[in-house]
Amino acid sequence: MTGQDALLSYILRLGDNALVIGQRMIERVTGEPELEEELANANFALDYIGQARMFYAYAGELEGKGRGEDDFAYLRDGQEFRNFLMVEQPNGHFGDAIVRQVLFESFYLLQLEKLIDCADTRLAEIAARAVKEIRYHLRHASQWLIRLGDGTDESHERVNTSLGQFWRYAGEFFHGDDVDDLIAQEFDGPDLVSLARSWRASVESVLKQATLSIPDDTFDQTAFSKAGGRAGMHSEYFGFLIAEMQHLQRAFPGANW
Amino acid sequence: MSEKEWPLYEVFIRSRSGLSHRHAGSVHAADDQMALDHARDTYTRRMEGVSLWVVRSDLIVASDPADTAAFFEPAEDKIYRHPTFYEIPDGVENL
Amino acid sequence: MYTQGLDQKGKKVESPLAQESADQLDAFQKRVDAEDKIEAKDWMPEAYRRTLLRQISQHAHSEIIGMQPEGNWLTRAPTLKRKAILLAKVQDEAGHGLYLYSAAETLGVSRDQMVADLLSGKAKYSSIFNYPTLTWADIGAIGWLVDGAAIMNQIPLCRCSYGPYARAMVRICKEESFHQRQGFDIMLELSRGSDEQKAMAQDALNRWWWPSLMMFGPNDSESKHSAQSMAWKIKRFSNDELRQKFVDVTVPQAEFLGLRVPDEELSINEKTGHYDFGEINWQEFYEVLAGNGPCNRQRIEKRTQAQDDGAWVREAARAYADKHAGKAAAA
Repeated sequence: MTGQDALLSYILRLGDNALVIGQRMIERVTGEPELEEELANANFALDYIGQARMFYAYAGELEGKGRGEDDFAYLRDGQEFRNFLMVEQPNGHFGDAIVRQVLFESFYLLQLEKLIDCADTRLAEIAARAVKEIRYHLRHASQWLIRLGDGTDESHERVNTSLGQFWRYAGEFFHGDDVDDLIAQEFDGPDLVSLARSWRASVESVLKQATLSIPDDTFDQTAFSKAGGRAGMHSEYFGFLIAEMQHLQRAFPGANW
Repeated sequence: MSEKEWPLYEVFIRSRSGLSHRHAGSVHAADDQMALDHARDTYTRRMEGVSLWVVRSDLIVASDPADTAAFFEPAEDKIYRHPTFYEIPDGVENL
Repeated sequence: MYTQGLDQKGKKVESPLAQESADQLDAFQKRVDAEDKIEAKDWMPEAYRRTLLRQISQHAHSEIIGMQPEGNWLTRAPTLKRKAILLAKVQDEAGHGLYLYSAAETLGVSRDQMVADLLSGKAKYSSIFNYPTLTWADIGAIGWLVDGAAIMNQIPLCRCSYGPYARAMVRICKEESFHQRQGFDIMLELSRGSDEQKAMAQDALNRWWWPSLMMFGPNDSESKHSAQSMAWKIKRFSNDELRQKFVDVTVPQAEFLGLRVPDEELSINEKTGHYDFGEINWQEFYEVLAGNGPCNRQRIEKRTQAQDDGAWVREAARAYADKHAGKAAAA
C-alpha cells in the first residue's frame, strides 16, 4: 500500500464517520427535549454533513476516477463504508446520544488537532475548519453529560447505563491498522497510543464532574464484534441506515435532484 | 404538567465592535452556561466575533412606561444631573 | 397565514372590558393609526392582547409542527447538498418558533403553557401541516407553495403594531428568503428530469395546491375578526387579497415549470388582470381544522412524545442548576 492509497482510505474513513454520525443526529430532529436543543442538534448535524462533503470531495480528487461526494454517500454498498461502529449505533434516548457524542468527539477532536499539523495540506485545511466546530460540539455535549450525571437519580442511572453500553465501542478508535500506521509515518498523523492516553484523561475528567465512573471494560482487542468498522464489518443496524439514506438514488439511477 | 419550567433569559447581542448590545429576544435555559449556548445557537447561528449577554429576565429592573415623563423630563430640583453641581477639588486636571 | 383565523368560527366579536374607558381605547387607536409601535408594558386593550397572543402562538406552533412533514425527508434526501439545505431550513423553522414563542411570552403567558395548549388541542396551528409528505417532490412543493404563501403574509407583518412581534417577523423574513427558492429549485430540477420525476412533481402539485390556498383562511365574508385586526394593524391585508395575490404570482411559476394547476376553473380574467379560480372545498378546510385531516393526530402525538421523552432531561438540568446555584453563590 502506498502513502497515497493510505491517504485515500483515511480520508474516506473520516468522511464516513462524519456522514454516519450526521445521519444519526438528523434522526433526532423533532425529538429533542427542548426547542433550543433542536437548534443545537441541527447545527451539529449540519457541521457533520459539511465535513463529510469536504472529505468526500477531496477523496474523489485523490482517487481520480471522477467520483464525487454523492457517489461515495449514495452508491457505495454497506461494506465499503469504513466508519466506526460507535457512530452507527442507534440513537436511543437523549442520554444515549449525549454519551455517544462525548465518547466519539473526545477522540475526533484529538484526531483533528493532530491533523491540523499533518503533512497533507488539504487534509490539514479541512481539519482546521472542522476542529473549531467539534470543539464547540464537545463542550456542549460534555456539559450535558455533566448535567445528566449530576442531575437527578433517574438521569444518573440512565447515563450510567448508556456509558456501559457505548464504552465497548470506544476501543475501536485506538486499534489502528496499516492505514493508520502509514498516515502516522508518512504524513505526521496521530499516534494512536498517545491519543488513547489523552482521550482517556479527557473523558475521565468529564465523567468525574458528571459523578460517573469508567466502566470496567478494558477494550478487549480480540472481541471482533466490538470492532470491524475499518474493515467494513458493520453492526446489523448499518444496513437499515444505508437503505434509508440511499433509497432515492438507488430507485432512480442516474437522476438529477 | 406540574414540571418546573426552565427560567427565561433575555438576550443582548453586539454584532461587531463599536456597536452597543441590542436586545434580540429571549431563550429558556436551565443555567447560565446553557443560556449562553442557546442564545448563540438561536440568535447568532454561531457567527464569530459576536458578543452575547444573557440575563435572567426576572433579574431585570425596568421603568414603567407610565413613568416616562417623570424620568426623562429634567425637573428643576434634580440638579445632580448637571455637571455644575460637582465641585472639582484643586489640582484635578481635565475635568 | 399561519395565522389564518383558525378559531374564529362561531365566536362573537369581543367587546372591551368594563374598566377600559372610551378615552383609553381611543388613545390606543390613535397610537396605532400613527404607526406607533406598542411595546410589552404599554397599555393595550385586553382584546388586543388576547388576539395577538392567539395569533403569535399559533404562528409559533405552526413553525414547530411544520418541522415534521419536512423533517420526514431529511434522512432520505437524494443528495448531500439537498440534505444540508433541507436541514438548514428545518433548523430555521425551529429558530422561528423560538423567536415567536419569545415574542408571545412578552404578552404574559409562559412557553410551557402555550405548548400544553398545543398538545391538548386547545391551541391550533396552520392546517397545511396536517398533510403528509409522500414523495421528495412534496418537499419541493412545500418550499415553493407553502413558504411562498407564508412570505406573502410575513412581510406585511414586519410592520405590525406590536413591537416584539414585528421585530421577530423582521428576523424571520431575513432568513426566509432562501426557503422558497430551495423549494422552487427542487421542482425545477424535477421538471427537467425523467418522466418519472416530472410525474412526481405534478403529483405533488396536485396534492398541495388546494391546501396551500386554504392557508389564507376563510373568505373575507366569513372572517368577522378581520376588521378589528386590521384596525389594530395586527393584520395588514385581507385573506382574499392575499390569496388572490398568491394565485396571480404562482400560476405563471407553475407554467414555467411545465406543470398543470389542478383547477379546471383557473383562467386569466382579461378585465381585472387577475386569475379567476375555483371554489375551495371549505368542508375539507373545516374538517382538517377540527382535527380530522390525514396527519393531525400523528403530528400531535410526535410532539407529545418528544415532550414526554424529554421530561427527565429537563428535570435533570433543573436539578443540576439548583445544586450548583448554591455553590456559585457561596464562592
